[in-house]
Amino acid sequence: MSASKTMVQAETPERMATQPRKRPPRPQLSKRLAPYVFIAPAVIFEFIIHILPMLVGIAISLIGLTLFYIHYWTQAPFIGLQNYKVALNLSGAAGSALLHSFLITVAYTVLVVCGAWVLGMAAALLLNGNFRGRNWFRTLFLIPFAMPAYIVVITWSFMLQKDNGAVNALLGDLHITNPPFWLVGTNAFWSMVMTAIWRSWPLAFLFLLAGLQTIPSDMYEAASLDGASKWRQFLTITLPMLKPVNVVLLLVTFLWTFNDFNTPFVLFGAAPPPAADLLSLHIYVNSFINWNFGLGSAMSVLLLIFLFLVSLVYLGIFQAGGEAE
Amino acid sequence: MAKRFLPLVAILLLILPLLAACGSGQSQSTGGGETITYWASNQGPSIAYDNHVLSQAVKDFKDQTGITVKFNVISWTDLFNRILTADFSGQNPDVLNIGNTWSATLQATRAFLPFDQANMDAIGGKSKFLATSLAASGAAGQVPTSVPLYGLSYALFYNKAMFREAGIKSPPKTWSEFIQDAKQLTNPKIGQWGVGIEGASITENAHWAFILSNQQGGSLFDQNNVPTFDSAQNVRAIQFFTDLISKYKVAGPQDAEYSTGTQAPGDFANRKAAMIIFQTGTISALESDGMKASDFGVAQVPVPDVLPPGGKAIESHVAGINISIFKDTQHLSAALKFVKFMTSRAEQVKLNKLYTSLPVVKDAYSDPAFNSPEMQTFETILAQHAAPMPLIPQEGQMETVMGGALKQLLAAAASGKPVNTSDIEAQLSDANQTMKADLGLD
Repeated sequence: MSASKTMVQAETPERMATQPRKRPPRPQLSKRLAPYVFIAPAVIFEFIIHILPMLVGIAISLIGLTLFYIHYWTQAPFIGLQNYKVALNLSGAAGSALLHSFLITVAYTVLVVCGAWVLGMAAALLLNGNFRGRNWFRTLFLIPFAMPAYIVVITWSFMLQKDNGAVNALLGDLHITNPPFWLVGTNAFWSMVMTAIWRSWPLAFLFLLAGLQTIPSDMYEAASLDGASKWRQFLTITLPMLKPVNVVLLLVTFLWTFNDFNTPFVLFGAAPPPAADLLSLHIYVNSFINWNFGLGSAMSVLLLIFLFLVSLVYLGIFQAGGEAE
Repeated sequence: MAKRFLPLVAILLLILPLLAACGSGQSQSTGGGETITYWASNQGPSIAYDNHVLSQAVKDFKDQTGITVKFNVISWTDLFNRILTADFSGQNPDVLNIGNTWSATLQATRAFLPFDQANMDAIGGKSKFLATSLAASGAAGQVPTSVPLYGLSYALFYNKAMFREAGIKSPPKTWSEFIQDAKQLTNPKIGQWGVGIEGASITENAHWAFILSNQQGGSLFDQNNVPTFDSAQNVRAIQFFTDLISKYKVAGPQDAEYSTGTQAPGDFANRKAAMIIFQTGTISALESDGMKASDFGVAQVPVPDVLPPGGKAIESHVAGINISIFKDTQHLSAALKFVKFMTSRAEQVKLNKLYTSLPVVKDAYSDPAFNSPEMQTFETILAQHAAPMPLIPQEGQMETVMGGALKQLLAAAASGKPVNTSDIEAQLSDANQTMKADLGLD
């Protein structure tokens, strides 16, 4: 077997040299083009909708596109990295405001991602078992995610009104006197976090429930026979088995929350309290209120770079962890 | 062969409508005569109301000139961004309304038609306009790129029945009288307050800051357009404003949350606030809220008992709506005719009557509709006690920064924290730094 194989291998170069090479029949041009033609619309629209605006944003960050050039934007002067210098100059008003906004956004993201995950996990564990009305609850829990963001946030803004809001009415019923303001001052941050968690947790619930259903039930039965408590089962079976789901879920919710614009904008408008000055709104104010699109674009590019790096590091860590295992 | 190109044809068919949609947004001449486009601001209680009012106006214009006007009423929350987009993309209407405080900002974009001598003559000449309204049509020393359309001013609205019940015979003329009356009219137990304010509205706050600063002898910018938000006069002015909630307790803490421009008038209409200081157009909102014209009085805005050095008896900024023409209109003559029509005596009387605003042309005031004591009060304030907001290109930023600073201070006052002079100095100093950075003076 091995001798004949060696002979075949030895003969091959000679045959190739002496015999004319047989080419497979060339498919018709239309058949060769077909795959490219079919993906062309997606590629074109991806370029138009995502890539092109990103490139234009980077280009705008390098020019002094202020209100003086808004109509004649092709005449806006090239100023290199000046906008980035302004944005990153932490001793200047613009730079320190950006840093403040960044820190607020980090705190907001951590709280919302953690809160949404905890609630989503609790609900998923609750509804993973077999009981009557399970599907009804599953549908009910998805309502916050299915509703348009604007409707959700505006409903919360009504509920958070000091005098007429449902939240303070509830506190009043609990005999808590002098209920606080939720939409102005420092509590604005907590209002924003509450609203965002309420919007986000059904996504976590959906992901985690799907993940839970892939875990074989006999693993739990075996652990139970070995005397493992429910908490122990959660730590040693559920969490490790959900790792692939969690890697994606946490990344997606992190990116969405860090970029959240709807929640602060609908709750507070274009002039949020300092405690609720999220990055996306901060960039919007610089661009669309101050009409300084160059500076706004530079801030957007910095945000893009930050999120890109965080995503790379995050995926790198989990990839390395996965290979080690 | 034909089949080979079928997918390509399909893609082209998909993309062509998109390309076609990228055509010019400007109006074209139609078979039935010239057509221009017009973006109107929302002046009445609803957009439907404005559509009704303007439909008649453009019909009259067509009868007179044969020119068709396609108009679109845009809410105030959207108008600024719509103009920005139009400015950037070139997909603009021929004629549009702007808030007059935006006039210098939009002028700086160079997208609008300057009303030089020739263009001004084409719309009936500069002299027909009220001088104060015309002063807010662009940066000082430059050819204006807008002309006044509707005039507005602040005034004090007071509830006649509540004043009568409290034994107050006439509206206050000075701030001391105002505080005294407001205290008398305040009864937190039944949710009744002496005055209602929109404390979370950055625009209202910026206007208050401007008016009170002028009364105290201050200004928001010096002669070189450097911000002076944290001057001693401005600190005094803002201290008085925050004291309405924290020290005098004549404005409800909940007012620090009001931002829609309708909440304080709503409280006024429902006897939760006995006084509000609001603009002319509020009359129609109050009537929509169920008040009759005889239920409320309109008086001049109070001033300090004794004006401090440099203080001016300013009671309002020159509020109002201007009308502009995009410079690259293909229908300049028709657009000028339309502006002339909208600022004609007859149309000014009709439109301002329906919108309960003030005419911006002098001869319209001879109409009996503007002879009521209320309208005459507004007219007096606009003509004699109003000054334009700072006419700088960064006016929008100024409102956001200054109005935002007041919003924070009022929120602190409403939370029960004492807001003392040093707190105000610190907040205004921060705002000043931000404004300087926005102006590139950092």
